[in-house]
Amino acid sequence: MIEVRNLHKAFGAVKAVDGVSFTARDGEITGLLGPNGAGKTTTLRMLYTLMTPDRGQVLVDGIDAAVDPLRVRRELGVLPDARGLYKRLTARENIEYFGRLHGLPEDLLASRRDALIKALEMGDIADRRTEGFSQGQRVKTAIARALVHDPRNVILDEPTNGLDVMATRALRQFMARLKGEGRCVLFSSHIMQEVAALCDRIVVIAHGRVVADESPDALRAQTGENNLEDAFVKIIGTDEGLAA
Amino acid sequence: MNNVTGKNQRSRAFLTVFLKEVKENLRDRRTLISAFLTGPLLGPLLFVMLINFTLNRELDKAEKPLPVPVIGAEYAPNLLDALRAGGVVPGAAVADPERAVRKQDADVVLRIASDYGKAWRKGEPVQVELFYDSSQRDANTSVERVSTLVENYARQQGAMRLVARGMSPSTAWPLQVARRDQATPQSRAVLMFAMLPYFFVITVFMGGMYLAIDLTAGERERQSLEPLFANPVARWKILCGKLAAICAFSTASLLMTLLAFAVVGQFIPAEKIGMELDLGVHFAAYVLLLMLPLVLLLAALQSMVAAFAKSYREAQTYISLLMLVPLIPSALLSFMPIKAQAWMYAVPLLGQNLGIMQLLRGDGVSVEQLGLCLAGSFAAALLALLATVQLYRSERLAISA
Repeated sequence: MIEVRNLHKAFGAVKAVDGVSFTARDGEITGLLGPNGAGKTTTLRMLYTLMTPDRGQVLVDGIDAAVDPLRVRRELGVLPDARGLYKRLTARENIEYFGRLHGLPEDLLASRRDALIKALEMGDIADRRTEGFSQGQRVKTAIARALVHDPRNVILDEPTNGLDVMATRALRQFMARLKGEGRCVLFSSHIMQEVAALCDRIVVIAHGRVVADESPDALRAQTGENNLEDAFVKIIGTDEGLAA
Repeated sequence: MNNVTGKNQRSRAFLTVFLKEVKENLRDRRTLISAFLTGPLLGPLLFVMLINFTLNRELDKAEKPLPVPVIGAEYAPNLLDALRAGGVVPGAAVADPERAVRKQDADVVLRIASDYGKAWRKGEPVQVELFYDSSQRDANTSVERVSTLVENYARQQGAMRLVARGMSPSTAWPLQVARRDQATPQSRAVLMFAMLPYFFVITVFMGGMYLAIDLTAGERERQSLEPLFANPVARWKILCGKLAAICAFSTASLLMTLLAFAVVGQFIPAEKIGMELDLGVHFAAYVLLLMLPLVLLLAALQSMVAAFAKSYREAQTYISLLMLVPLIPSALLSFMPIKAQAWMYAVPLLGQNLGIMQLLRGDGVSVEQLGLCLAGSFAAALLALLATVQLYRSERLAISA
């Protein structure tokens, strides 16, 4: 479970995140939806302790990120916005590197690695160097290395960015599977349909603030709009940056 | 779901980072060529070629017959015989001696005045002129030879005239200078090898350079630093692993260059000009010891500079500028021969320079000098390391865009 309480972060005069609070529960998929520049990535970066909040608190499974950042990172599997791979290493070696950094014993590392390679259907690329991988192959490798330590909480920053239809479908199924395993899945997106199709809970962010935090149905009811797209536009107050 | 990870397993992080960086960079051709080919081997080869060229030229000049155009040779046959006995081959007169020398058609031209014979017979002082260009360093040996031969002839003739008048030749030379050169064969070599320490520093520099760029600026540019920092490993541990990888490569480069110098040292005909050169195991071991703190210092400095850069190319530019810094002490020492003070050994780069020169002179390095050198350089390395750790803590470091 990930709990975010009143997060603030400013870069100079720009308030990137201005009082964000929400909770992402185990066994649920929580979507962080907002237009480009709304503060999604900055919020997530504070969750996985890459950035320190100016104010506010992050709790992962009850552990305060400000108190024990290393332990928080251990409880998280993160696919950041930046998902660069080591191009002179094979996909398998990329996954193993992160597994070892998490301190996995070699036998456990091998079984986790093979399970992920199978689950993400990347057996054919596992022993190729990642230089020249397609966008989809890169995302798969990045997800596998993020989940190699079997984390209860999974954070994905715009996971479907740059993927084609088939890869996107596969990724959605994989996220549903993570949820089925009882994990807490938190992902950000600016694509409304994706959020609507996957999420148990939608947190809408605009201008660094949470403007809605509901289930998709409740969101429709709240705005009085049948169509989710209209509901978002009404909540955000503008249709800038939202892709259908 | 997790928490099988023990504390001792997590302390593997340093080793994990180190091994991964080494493995990854062993697969990079550019890094390999720089660290194991051009860096360590180009220096010794260049060095040997240069030294051989210089030595052979000096030797040639000292032994070879030396052609010298002589104007008015017919006026002084005895003088010319004396010159011929000294290995000079008198050549045909040239019309314009100044021009011939300036255009490097001749190293030196001798002009004998037409009244030479008349004045000689009367016992009056006569003059012979030597034309040369002292800015042509190449010609200096020739000029020296001709001038010495002429002066010796003059002195010899003077002595004979005194004897003919019944006087002892020593009346004319009440003072004699006896030269006692204290240069040993080894110390004579030093002048020539003043740039040797720079080769070692540059090798260490080039051995680690591409790694330093790749492991900080490169990783940031490829956007892999952010996922890396999302792992439950303190950033300073990651940095230490990376630094260790840089040090491993630069130390390997240094070892290769020492080996290359040891092999190549056999082919330097140093003994021909009375020099002695020991580039063997003893020398290599001391150089390695002196350079160790520098390996760490350079790795930290390179990483620090690379961390400031936003891209690989930018880092490359900064690091090439940094490469000029080690040149300073070498250049300083070769142009301004300063007397070494104890404190100088504690200055990084300068200390190594002085130490290596001492080794070449055959004087050896005293324990005190060695201690100062290691302490000073390690202290500097530690400072650079702490500064880099501090830089690695910065929030901005991980963010690529």
